[in-house]
Amino acid sequence: MSLLRIRNLSVDFATASGRFRAVDSVDQDVNTGEILAIVGESGSGKSVSMLALMGLLPWTARVTADEISFDGQDLLNMDRRARRRIIGNDLAMIFQEPMSSLNPCFTVGWQIKEALRFHLGLDRRARHARAVELFEQVGIPDPEKRLSAFPHQMSGGMNQRVMIAMAISCKPKLLIADEPTTALDVTIQAQILDLLAELRNETAMGLVLITHDMGVVAETAERVSVQYAGQKIEEQPVVPLFRTPHHPYTAALLDALPERATEKRLPTIPGVVPGQFDRPPGCLFSPRCKFADDRCRGEPPQPCGADLGQARCFHPLSTDERLAS
Amino acid sequence: MNAPVMSATGLQRHYEVSGGLLRPTRLLRAVGGVDFALYPGKTLAVVGESGCGKSTLARMVTMIEEPTAGELVLDGQPVQPDVWASLRKSVQIVFQDPYGSLNPRQRIGTILMEPLVINRKDMSRAEREEKAREMLRLVGLRPEHFERYPHMFSGGQRQRIAVARALMLDPRVLVLDEPVSALDLSIQSAILNLLVDLQERLQLAYLFISHDLSVVRHIADDVIVMYLGRAVERGNKDAVFGNPRHPYTKALLSATPRAEPGAEKTRIKLSGELPSPLSIPEGCPFAPRCWKVQDDCRRTRPELTGDAHAAACFHPEGAAG
Ligand SMILES: Nc1ncnc2c1ncn2[C@@H]1O[C@H](COP(=O)(O)OP(=O)(O)OP(=O)(O)O)[C@@H](O)[C@H]1O
Ligand SMILES: Nc1ncnc2c1ncn2[C@@H]1O[C@H](COP(=O)(O)OP(=O)(O)OP(=O)(O)O)[C@@H](O)[C@H]1O
Ligand SMILES: [Mg+2]
Ligand SMILES: [Mg+2]
Repeated sequence: MSLLRIRNLSVDFATASGRFRAVDSVDQDVNTGEILAIVGESGSGKSVSMLALMGLLPWTARVTADEISFDGQDLLNMDRRARRRIIGNDLAMIFQEPMSSLNPCFTVGWQIKEALRFHLGLDRRARHARAVELFEQVGIPDPEKRLSAFPHQMSGGMNQRVMIAMAISCKPKLLIADEPTTALDVTIQAQILDLLAELRNETAMGLVLITHDMGVVAETAERVSVQYAGQKIEEQPVVPLFRTPHHPYTAALLDALPERATEKRLPTIPGVVPGQFDRPPGCLFSPRCKFADDRCRGEPPQPCGADLGQARCFHPLSTDERLAS
Repeated sequence: MNAPVMSATGLQRHYEVSGGLLRPTRLLRAVGGVDFALYPGKTLAVVGESGCGKSTLARMVTMIEEPTAGELVLDGQPVQPDVWASLRKSVQIVFQDPYGSLNPRQRIGTILMEPLVINRKDMSRAEREEKAREMLRLVGLRPEHFERYPHMFSGGQRQRIAVARALMLDPRVLVLDEPVSALDLSIQSAILNLLVDLQERLQLAYLFISHDLSVVRHIADDVIVMYLGRAVERGNKDAVFGNPRHPYTKALLSATPRAEPGAEKTRIKLSGELPSPLSIPEGCPFAPRCWKVQDDCRRTRPELTGDAHAAACFHPEGAAG
C-alpha cells in the first residue's frame, strides 16, 4: 500500500479574471522509503498540488479529489485540527523559499524549539538537546553557537539546513521538499541532496522532491513524474524516463538540455505554456507538439498504461519512433 | 588570434562596509585582481559560486562602477571615468531578471529607442524607429510587439527584448549576467541559440556570467573560474572542463549534477562553506576547504601561472607529486 495516495486531484483558483485551473486531475503515489521527483516548468502546478495536500492553500483555491490518503488516513475529509496534528509531524514540507519561511525576528534556535514544543511536547532541556542533535545531523557546524543566530546572520545554505532540521525534527514518514536546493551553489546543493538521501536511507521516510533541474532528478530520484500546465503528463522510473521518454513534451525537454547538445544550435520547443485564456480544448501540449493532429487538438487524451509511462498522449513515443523522427 | 576588443589587467573592486553601530568600517574585496581579454566573435565565461564577484566584475566592465585598481582597455583606449560617456555604447549588458530590467510603463518600441534618444542625437525619429523595428525582428519578435507593454510578454520574450535593447547602440562587447538563469529549460535553449546567431552575425564579444556549468560548457570558448574575487583557473573551455587543474574547479565540476541517471559519480565533498569576502584567508583562499592543502598553501597565495591553461595552485591536479 502506498504511503501517500492521490487520485484525481484538481485545484481551481478564483481570480479577478475568472476561474483558473492550476492542478488538473493529478494521480500520485509515494511509497515508504521512496524518492519521487516532480518536474515541470514554472507554473505547472508542482507547488500548488503539494500545498493542496497539506491544506495550505488560500481560501480562493477550490480543492477537489477522489482520494487523498496518507498512511492509511483520509486527509481529504479530515477536520482541520486532526490534519494539523499530522502535518509537521508525520508529513513535513520544506518550502521553496527558505528565507520567507523562517521568521527573521526570532533566532533559528527559538524557531526549531518552538516546533519541537508544539509537536512533541518536550520540556525545555529536552528541546535544547534535540535541537543540538538535529543541527549536528544536518551538518551545521558549531550547533550550540548557531542556535542563537538570526536567519540573516547565516548563509543561504545554512538556512536551508535549518529548514531541513525543522522539517525532520519529528521524524516524518513523508518529506516534501519543494526546490530545496534551487537557490544554492552546486557544492552546497550536493551536500544537501546527499543529506536528504542519507535521511531516507536511515529512516525509510518517503521523499517527494520538487525541482526543475533535470540533473538533480537524474542523480537523486527513483521515480519521476512530469507535469505540464497543471497535468501529470508522464511518469516513469528514472532510468527509462531519461532513456525512452514517451510523452513528446518530456522528449523535447530532454532534447533541449545543453549537456545533450550535439551541435551549437540547441533543439527548441516553439511557443509557450498555455495560460488562463488560451488553454486548448484537446491536449494541452498540442499547440507546441510536432506530432499533433486534429484529434490531439480537439480531444483531451487520457493517460496510457504503465508500459507507456501513463503518458497523456494519443501518439506516445517508443524507441523506434524516436529514432525514426 | 586577432586583437582583443577589450582587455583587463589586475582589475580590483573593494567596498567599504560599515561594521555596525560604533564598529569600524571594514574592507570587502569583492574583486581582488582579475585579468582577461575579450575577442570579437568569442565568448569568455565567468563561473563561480555566489558572492565570488562575478556581477561586480560585470559592473566594472560596463562602466557602471569604477575599479579600485587595475586597468581596462577598450579598442586600445584606456577606460577612464572621463571618457565613460563616449565608450559606454560599445559595452552593453543584459541582466538575469527579465521582469525587473524593463520599465513596465513603457511600450517596447519606446524601450528600444531610448538608448538612441540619449546617445544618437544625430538620428531622426524615423531612423530610430526603423532601427528599433529591425532589432525586434533580429531577436525573433514580431512587428506588432512594438506597441505592447512588458507585462504582455513571457519571460523568454522579455529576455529577447532586453537583448534587443542592449544591441541598439551597435556594441562590440555584450556582458550577459546570468541571462538564462531565470528561464525554463524549454525557453533557455531558444535564447542561447539567439545569442549564438547574433554573435556570428555581428561578431560580438561576450562576457558570459553563469553558475550553470552545463550552459557554460555549451556556449563558451574560454572560461575563468573565480573564487573569492580572484581567478583560480583560466583556459580554453575544453581544457578547463576536460582537464581541470585547480582543485576547486575539479570540485565544482564533480558537484554539478548530470542529467544521466546511473552515471558514475565521483563527487568530491568539500567541507566548510565559502569564507566571507570580509575575511579572505591569507595564503590560498581555497585552502580552508581544500583536500590537498599543505603548509605552503596557508602561507602564500599562489599566483595564476601557465600560459593557455593557467591555475593558481601550488599542487595542481594532473601534475606529478
Ligand atoms: N493564490 C493563487 N491564486 C491564483 N493563482 C495561483 C495562486 N497560487 C498559484 N497560482 C497559479 O497556479 C499555477 C501553478 O503554480 P505553482 O506554484 O504550483 O507552480 P510551480 O510548478 O510550483 O512553479 P515554480 O517552478 O515556478 O515554483 C501558476 O500558474 C500560478 O500562477
Ligand atoms: N555595493 C556593494 N557594497 C558592499 N558589498 C558589495 C556591494 N556589491 C557587492 N558586494 C559584495 O561583493 C561580493 C561579490 O558580489 P557579486 O554580486 O559580485 O557576486 P556574484 O559572484 O555576482 O554572486 P551571485 O552569483 O550571487 O550573483 C559579495 O560578497 C557582495 O556582498
Ligand atoms: Mg513552485
Ligand atoms: Mg551576480
